[in-house]
Amino acid sequence: MNAILRHLIVLPVVVPLVAGAVMFFVPEARRTARVALAAASMLMQLAVAAGLVYLTSDAAPFIWPEGVGVYAIGGWPAPFGIVLVVDRLSAVMLTLGAVVALSTLAYSVARWDKPGQPFHSLFQFMTMGLNGAFLTGDLFNLFVFFEILLAASYGLLLRGGGALRVKLSLHYITVNLIASALFLLGVALIYGVAGTLNMADLSGRAAALAAGDRALLDAGAAILVIAFLTKAASWPLNFWLPGAYSVALAPVAAAFAMMTKVGFYALLRLGTLTQEYETLYGALLYIGLATLASGMIGMLASIHLARAIAYSVLVSMGILLAALGLRIEALTTSILFYLIISVLTTCTFFMLSGMTDRTRVTDPADAAPDSVAEQAPTGYSAYGIKQPSTYASGEDVGIAIPAARAFLGMGFVCCVLLVSGLPPLPGFIAKFALLATVLRSPSVHDAPVSTWIVCAALVLSGFVSIIALSRIGMRLFWSPAARTTPRLRLLEATPIAALILLCAGLAVAADPVTRYLERAARSLHHPDTYIHAVLSRDTRREQARGRKP
Amino acid sequence: MEVVYALATGILAGAGVWLLLRPRTFQVLMGLTLFSYATNLFIFGMGRLAVHRVPMIDGGAASVDPALYADPVPQALTLTAIVIGFATTALFLVVLLALRGLTGTDHVDGREPEA
Repeated sequence: MNAILRHLIVLPVVVPLVAGAVMFFVPEARRTARVALAAASMLMQLAVAAGLVYLTSDAAPFIWPEGVGVYAIGGWPAPFGIVLVVDRLSAVMLTLGAVVALSTLAYSVARWDKPGQPFHSLFQFMTMGLNGAFLTGDLFNLFVFFEILLAASYGLLLRGGGALRVKLSLHYITVNLIASALFLLGVALIYGVAGTLNMADLSGRAAALAAGDRALLDAGAAILVIAFLTKAASWPLNFWLPGAYSVALAPVAAAFAMMTKVGFYALLRLGTLTQEYETLYGALLYIGLATLASGMIGMLASIHLARAIAYSVLVSMGILLAALGLRIEALTTSILFYLIISVLTTCTFFMLSGMTDRTRVTDPADAAPDSVAEQAPTGYSAYGIKQPSTYASGEDVGIAIPAARAFLGMGFVCCVLLVSGLPPLPGFIAKFALLATVLRSPSVHDAPVSTWIVCAALVLSGFVSIIALSRIGMRLFWSPAARTTPRLRLLEATPIAALILLCAGLAVAADPVTRYLERAARSLHHPDTYIHAVLSRDTRREQARGRKP
Repeated sequence: MEVVYALATGILAGAGVWLLLRPRTFQVLMGLTLFSYATNLFIFGMGRLAVHRVPMIDGGAASVDPALYADPVPQALTLTAIVIGFATTALFLVVLLALRGLTGTDHVDGREPEA
């Protein structure tokens, strides 16, 4: 039994890979088969991720006593072969990714997966890249998984066509290709100096380097961090995000909720494994604050809902980076909790915005404020380009849910509460935990100014979110009677309701979740167990035994 | 050899960056390509430049002096990077053509700047 459970680690990569590849061979006409395959793959990933959370927790110490599981692909021992490593943080991120992927899949099936393009395959490959990035213990492998994830995301972003979408996709692809080249430069420099690509091994070798080599390693790490910060959409490397996210189809944008967090995960993982980059973290504080400011200004300036949500992604990234930049160890738990909430919120909100877009205005005189065309200077009209078409065809089949307008309104209110951090939903708990931990930590006395600035910015961001979103909400729901209420289908409404309920559940169960995250944070800040588990002889022996049954 | 190699890498990277900052999509594509060439050369150079050394170690030998062999890892990394770079360049080319077709201009903003 244990021997089988050990192989769970590789499943989050293998399952979507196989499912995505098999889908190419399912004929277009057999849509049910494709959807069933996609759903089965997502459900399996969710089950595996939940299993990994359970196995890495204290409840199941019989397999990985330290909560770190190592899987050597190909059976080669750690510093030479490529390993997948699951620890508590990876398990949490995998589960989060699976939840987001499953709900966006259900949402997309309702109306967005028109035949002709390999939507479901791309979607599977994107989750494969995400899962792999969370699991890998090897720097170059991280690059490869990033590329898989990004390549799939290019295809997903382009869906729907239209000049504006293609233009912004081109910008997105360009920025990401440059970031990938920087990523490679950083990895190569680190390999040239330290002679290893294994993250755990690197941690030990970095400490033993001579001073001259050390400077080169730092340069490599800095280049790597620039690449991560680009993916994490930190200012000033984030101008691609609002445009790309707001023109993406609703389910695609919702699935992208996880993407910026991969960059943040990589920062957190490498930053805690090699704990000597004090100046780098100090810079993160200011970068985070600048990101936060750019997000807030953007939110206030946006008229269209999807654009405001895209900027709220920047706000959440800013908060995460600034909190990480404070270098308070006890804060990591709250950071992780906030990350979970913000991912779920963004995902729900993008799905909801896909529905409110369909509240069409019948009165032409009233059409102006709502149409996207008005948002100068980056709106559609500014370029003299026609609006991209979302293929919301007229045929609305399937079970429509009653009280669609009430559902949209309630969903919107819940999302606003989550984004701005108001009770009773857990956005409040997440922000409150951040503030409480910052104020309780001793660094309030050491570095009072930066700490207070972060606290003030945190509170201000909530305030700004309320202003910006309630203005949009008033226009969407209260203004004219001329709006038509869209027919909502059960299948697209369910994931939104489910995610909001999940958030509410997280508020109720905040205690056990926080305790698990606390353990995750502690093992992050004491990487010895991680390093030991990856490089230990036990792993090698076990693998050797596996090879010769 | 080192000087020539470093100069080649630097010139490729510099030309790539310059082209990346140009406003036409095809120039950006060429810039990306040149920059990725520079990156690949850089990765390869990180395995130390050496002539007449094989990357494969003879398994039968009793004792092996690693200094006599080339490092195979950067070569493998370069190969992977070339493959990925080729695929993404092809994709970029398609998007470039699509944008050209949709907007009728090859400016990255999808419209000509007002003179």
